[in-house]
Amino acid sequence: MRIDVNTFLGAYPFRRVPGTSPDALLHAMDRVGVDQAWISHLPSVFWQDPAAGNPWLFETADRYDRLRPIPAVHPGLEGWQQIVGEARASGAPAVRCDPAYYGLEPAGPEMRALVAACSAEGVPLMLAVRLEDARQRHPNDRAGELPPWAVRTLIRGDPAVRLLVTHAERGFVEEVHFGSTPEESTRIWWDICWIWGPPEDHLQTLLRTIGVERFVFGTGQPLRLPETSVAKLDLLDLTGEQRAAIESENIQSVTLPPTQSAAKGRGRRPKLSGTT
Amino acid sequence: MLIDVHAHFLHDRSPRLDWRERNASRLRAGERVGITVHVASILGSWGASSPIYFPSPADIEYGNDFLLALQRTHSARIRGYVVVNPNFEDHALAELERCLDAGMIGIKLAASRRADDPLLDPICRVAAARGVPVLHHVWQHRRRDYPGQEASDAIELGALAARHPRVNFLLAHIAGGGDWIHSLAAVRDLPNIFVDLSGSGVDGGMLEACVEAVGAERLLWGCDLTIDTGWAKLRYLEHVLTDSELELISWRNAARIFPPSAFPGD
Repeated sequence: MRIDVNTFLGAYPFRRVPGTSPDALLHAMDRVGVDQAWISHLPSVFWQDPAAGNPWLFETADRYDRLRPIPAVHPGLEGWQQIVGEARASGAPAVRCDPAYYGLEPAGPEMRALVAACSAEGVPLMLAVRLEDARQRHPNDRAGELPPWAVRTLIRGDPAVRLLVTHAERGFVEEVHFGSTPEESTRIWWDICWIWGPPEDHLQTLLRTIGVERFVFGTGQPLRLPETSVAKLDLLDLTGEQRAAIESENIQSVTLPPTQSAAKGRGRRPKLSGTT
Repeated sequence: MLIDVHAHFLHDRSPRLDWRERNASRLRAGERVGITVHVASILGSWGASSPIYFPSPADIEYGNDFLLALQRTHSARIRGYVVVNPNFEDHALAELERCLDAGMIGIKLAASRRADDPLLDPICRVAAARGVPVLHHVWQHRRRDYPGQEASDAIELGALAARHPRVNFLLAHIAGGGDWIHSLAAVRDLPNIFVDLSGSGVDGGMLEACVEAVGAERLLWGCDLTIDTGWAKLRYLEHVLTDSELELISWRNAARIFPPSAFPGD
């Protein structure tokens, strides 16, 4: 079982990216042996109301058994709390927020309110450090990257919130992990897509120093080749148990218990709202 | 056969205490991926006693010597680029002669001078005379200057390549950060520039754009600092290219532009 927690659907505004349709994603998943993908709606990261992409996202996930939606929440817009509640009711494995793209302070009052709401609903919050290498971003793509201190602040701001952080590199992971209390760090999971393999061996180092249990399989596809995350694991000497933990078991511990997620919430999906 | 045209090794005078582990890791990962030959360079002292991109003559000699020793120790698996600093012309020319005579198979130019600077011409004349390619560090679409290097972009490398049509140039790490779309457009019509696919970037659409811009005949496989991303690109290309195109990128193009008998079984 391999679950890719970090995938996108829809066009990217700053360059042409092939393979952004659901069928193309499924084809890529087959190519690299991914059984299930958590999907985010890429265009709406850049919209005034990111939640306006959620209905399409849910409808798409409804049509494809292997896709699970990660609805977007903008905690500065009216009605955002309802989206978190709907996410829980529908069995979405997490919600996402990209504060820098939304023009929010990454650990400001809106984000702290979102963390509290996610905690109350028991829904993990997904945060991306970046979407592209800073050196190659479009001149007009000026949103800042998520800073490590913001993750430390958010995890400290609520005693129960669970964070899933994607696209983080070794230094980021280490700063947050060792800059948090042991209890706080057990509520953060990291996807492996941006962590270097050999010869620098950043991923191998982190698995040793921070622990296999903190890492999950993610790719960032189709913005990034999904083969990369598979290659990272193939270059490690992992036991079967360790590999299974990273590829699926760790993330299953992040999500809601099966009785609550109710097979993706089919049959009891609420009317979905954007925040407009 | 699989040739990594963009590798590096560290040494005991580099700032890295873990230099042995990193070198061993490269070779170990290379075995797993199936890399037949790592074509590598050592940039002076890697910043320990002179800047990485402005290495002193003494540091250059030490790094080149260390790489020659690695090449002798791993004679089937490691080949070297001679590193030179064009600001020290006499030293650069002497170092080229010394290291190419000793068995190195290419020249590495990093960022000591802009690629279109006339200081690079004597070096390129040696490359032409000796029949070796030049791997040139490139910042994909350099929009400004950066501290610590006089970086070049593909347009500047293109100017150098146009002045030296008998020399084959490798545009370094198209996936090493920066706007690769800009680079591909700049080198599309320059037949003596080959695109090295190395770098940590694994952008969706990048490999297709590379193939579309210069064809499989002018692409070279490499890793630079991340073997995982190199392997990922290779795996992806297996799905989008024919076997013969993949062979070109994996090793045949390299065998064509490096000196005869540079590689085992060549």
